[in-house]
This record gives sequence, structure tokens and C-alpha cells, in this order.
Amino acid sequence: MHYRRWVVRRLWLGILVIWGAATTSFVALQLLPGNPALVIAGGGNNYPSEATLRAVERTYGFDKSIVTQYLTFLGRLLRGDFGDSYQLHQPVGSILSSQAAASAELAAGGAIIGALVGVAVALATAGRPRAAGAARCLELLAVSTPGFWIGLVLLSLFSFDLHLFPVIGNDGVSSLVLPWITLALPVAGSTSLVMREEMEQALVQPFALTVRARGVSESRLRSRHLLKHTAPPVLTLSSWIVGQLFGGVVVIEQVFARDGLGQTLVAAVEGRDLPVVTGVVVFVAVVFVLVNFVVDGLYLAVDPRLRRQPA
Amino acid sequence: MSTLDITHEPDPGRAASGLLVTGNLRARRPSVVAAALLLALLAVAAVWPSAFASHPNQPDLGAAFRGPSPTHLLGTDQLGRDTFARLVHGTRTSLLIGLGGTALAAAGGALWGLVAALGGRIADEVTMRIADILMAFPSLLLALVVVSVLGPGQENVLLAIGLSLMPIFARIVRIQAKVVASSLYVSSARGLGVSPLRIVVGHVLPNVGPSVLVIATMNVGGAIIAGASLSFLGLGGSASSPDWGSMLAETRGYLQADWWLPVAPGLAITLTVVALSVVGRAMQQRAKGSGR
Repeated sequence: MHYRRWVVRRLWLGILVIWGAATTSFVALQLLPGNPALVIAGGGNNYPSEATLRAVERTYGFDKSIVTQYLTFLGRLLRGDFGDSYQLHQPVGSILSSQAAASAELAAGGAIIGALVGVAVALATAGRPRAAGAARCLELLAVSTPGFWIGLVLLSLFSFDLHLFPVIGNDGVSSLVLPWITLALPVAGSTSLVMREEMEQALVQPFALTVRARGVSESRLRSRHLLKHTAPPVLTLSSWIVGQLFGGVVVIEQVFARDGLGQTLVAAVEGRDLPVVTGVVVFVAVVFVLVNFVVDGLYLAVDPRLRRQPA
Repeated sequence: MSTLDITHEPDPGRAASGLLVTGNLRARRPSVVAAALLLALLAVAAVWPSAFASHPNQPDLGAAFRGPSPTHLLGTDQLGRDTFARLVHGTRTSLLIGLGGTALAAAGGALWGLVAALGGRIADEVTMRIADILMAFPSLLLALVVVSVLGPGQENVLLAIGLSLMPIFARIVRIQAKVVASSLYVSSARGLGVSPLRIVVGHVLPNVGPSVLVIATMNVGGAIIAGASLSFLGLGGSASSPDWGSMLAETRGYLQADWWLPVAPGLAITLTVVALSVVGRAMQQRAKGSGR
């Protein structure tokens, strides 16, 4: 019974967030100075005639009232129709689906590498003051360094100086190595910072002593018993990491001149391409809602205490 | 969102390791002193850059792409401009965006949180759902949308960062204000007929203030990185006054000619952010230790 209420509440919140994202971007782009019809007709340098502009306004519905435009906009979104890009004259849906894969492999790879490294470092250094101190310094550096700078330095070192990896572009795994490392560093740093703190707290609890007294080896204690205890805070962190990953993807695609959603968004913001910006914003909001939904579900799976009295 | 605001959640298990924490604090004291010194130096550079170097915009094409030397401490860029001078003169913009954005977020967020906590159920529900919606956006995306509406430029980047951090402060202030508002002394004050405004100013704000200050310190670093990212993406405006983010963006075309170019501005950002988080952590632990 409680479960159902929880799921309904989460769904309702999710829909609210997605609606908010759509509305925010609609309002934001209404506030933009200038005339979108001019953008569609090829920009100010094209000097489109008054008649052309009127025709464009009619086709895209700019001559209707704001309320009508907003309702048409929402109605189309419900049917999954984001409209056509002003600049590329293609359906936004197909632009998104063609660009999302490139960004997804970048983000997923960075997240997986980062999480694995973070977990490994935390497991190896928790409760060992010297190692933990050294690791903490490196982690602090990793989370404090702007991603685009790490990217630039790696690029100038490994691509321009040592010629180990391609400089730019989207071909194959070799072009993904440097972007992955750039994206993974802050993920690894924050994961292991949080995890180690949690493990060190678990290490001084009575159950750890009990497990040791049973003659269980140190590494087994860590991997079998302590790891579980770190799950809830790491889950909390993970939804934050997803947000960071998105920001990381935007700047890293810029640094390495890769195709993807980030490049698409920056170009659309510069070119004031309303349907594309809206598409990306709504897409990101949907991904976020789904991720948070899964994370909240995982809390219940990981922490039996929550199952007794779900909020 | 700052890199470190994940650590402020109250945790009952932390009491057990209390000894460990104080031990760490003592061990880290030299680093706190070093960090504070660095920040002081940066403050001086921001207020009075000419004390360290002059002529950040003077080109000297004959001396482009020089490495570090006594005349050019950190070398020169593609136009032969002195990197050290540009770095020093960029401090003001970078710190202003970080501090200004955070201050805006703290002030606006405090007001927002107070309205949510004390304005009744409907106000609470509406303002917090707005916060939920905004926090569902990655902060860089939010800042990008704001900049795209307001147009590029340093003031707009500051505004964008302030707006994107505001919900974080709103949430924290709301929780704290609710705790204070439900405490015995506030209900006694109310019973004595003290006006709501006086309760907010005299009781709620002084209790909320210190934690807002700590959270703000933790967020300045993130704000500096966000500002640098936006000007790296070409949205910071104004080429005449250098800032660390746009200095990095400029190096992108010249990596082949000089690998050294991006090192100094990037290090400046990283060191500043590290120093801020070291000082922020020390402040946070002190706040905890004094039995909040």
C-alpha cells in the first residue's frame, strides 16, 4: 500500500519536473530579444523581405497569441513532437536521437570508469591514515579542477606532443580515451571521498569487530561487509554526479570538438534555435527524473531499514 | 551545485568517529593557513592588480609563445602578452563572478527559504516544487539557458550562476528556519506578542546565518568553475579584461604551437578552488564542533 503511494508521488513529481522544464524553456525563449522568424529565414544578413517574414510567422504560428502558442507547444510535446529546428530544418526528435548516442557513450564510459576507480581507491585506503591522507589530497584536486582544463592539458600532452590519440572527432574508442579520463576524474574523486568517509565510520562499529573476531580476513571484511554500508550515501551522490556529468559533457564535447548533445545545445543557444534548446532541456529533464526514480528505488533495495516505514 | 555540499548532511554515525575528525583537523592546520594566505593574496590581486604586474593587454608579436623567463614569469601568449600579468588582472573578474554569484544565490535563497518556511503551507508547497524543478536541471544547463536569454557578458554570467545556485540555499534555509520557528523560545516570543518580522530578524536569521555562510564558502569554488566554464564556452563577453576561463578558451587554437599555454590559468583556477574548499571544510568542522 505504502509502495503504491510512494510510486504515485514520485511519478507526479516527475511529471511536474518535466512540465516545469518545458515551461521554463518556453518562457525563457519567449524572453529572448529579437525575432525568431528572422533566424528561420536565414538571419539578419540574409535581409529577408517583409512578406517572407510574414509567411514564416504564419507557418510557425508566431502570429498567434502567446497562450495559443504555449498550448500548441505542450500538445505537441505530449505527442513527442518537438517541432523542426529553425537552423537545420530537420525534426528536433531526429537531431536528438542522432546526437544522444555520442553523448551517452561519453557520459556512460566516464561514469563507469570513474565509479570503478573511486570504489577501488576507497576500498584500498579506508582506515589507513597515510594512504587515506594522500588519496584525499588527490581527490580534492580531482574535484576542484575544471574539466575543460584537464581536457586541454591531456590534449596538448597526449595528442599534440606525444601523438598517442587523435586530436578531435568521433572515430572509435581511441578518440574516446582522453574524454573518458577527463570525465572520470571528478567522478572518481567525489565517489571515493564519500565512500571512504562512510567506510571509516563502519570500520569502528561493533559489527566490524564481530566480523574480525570470527576470523574473517581484512579484504573480505571490506568487500563483503563494508561495501554494503557505503551504498546509501553513494546513491545520494550518484544523482548529483549525473548532473555533473551533463555539465562535463557540454564542455568536454567543446574541448575535443566531438559531436553530441552538448555541442548541439551550445550551437542552439548561440543561434537561438528554440525547438532544439527545448528538446535538449526536456530530454535532460526526462533522463534526470528517470535516474532519480531508479536511485530512490535502489535505496529501498539496498537499505532494509527503509522498507519497514517507507516515506 | 558545489562539489562538496554532499558532506553537510547530519549523520548520527559521525559521533562515533568524532575523535578521528578532530585529529584530522589538527593535522590539516598548516594547509588551512596556506589556503587562507593564498586567498588573501588573491584578494589583494583582485583589488589592486597593479601591485603585482602591469600591462596585461600589451601585445608584443616579436615575443609570442615565450616560455617562463625573468622578464615574463609565466611566459607569453600567442600575441606576446605577458601571461602572469593577464593572470593577475584576471583575478578580479574570476573572483567577482564566484563571490558575486554565490552572494546573490545566498541572499535570494535565504529570502526564498524564509518565505517557504514561514509563509504557510501553500507558499511552502509552491516554492519548494519550483526549487525541485530547478534542481532537476544540471546547474550548467540552467546557467546556459539564463545566459542565452540575457545575452553573453560578465554581469549576465554572474546572474546566471546566482540563479542556478539559489535553490540549494533556499532548501537549507527553509529547513533551518522551520527548526527555529518550531522551537520553544520562538513560540514563547510569539506568545509574548513579538511581531513576526522581529522574530524573523531577531531569532530566525541569526540562527540561519552561520550555516548559510558555511554553505556559501563551499559553493564559491563551484561558482568560480561554472563562471570559467561559461566564459570558456564563449559566453563571458568582453575581450579587453582577461579572465581565467577566456584565457583557457584562447589557448585552444594554439596547443600545437605551445603546450605550456593552458597550464597557468588552469592551475590558478584549481588552486583557488582547492584553497576555498580547505578553508570551507575547516569552517564547517568548527561550526560542527561548537555544538550547533
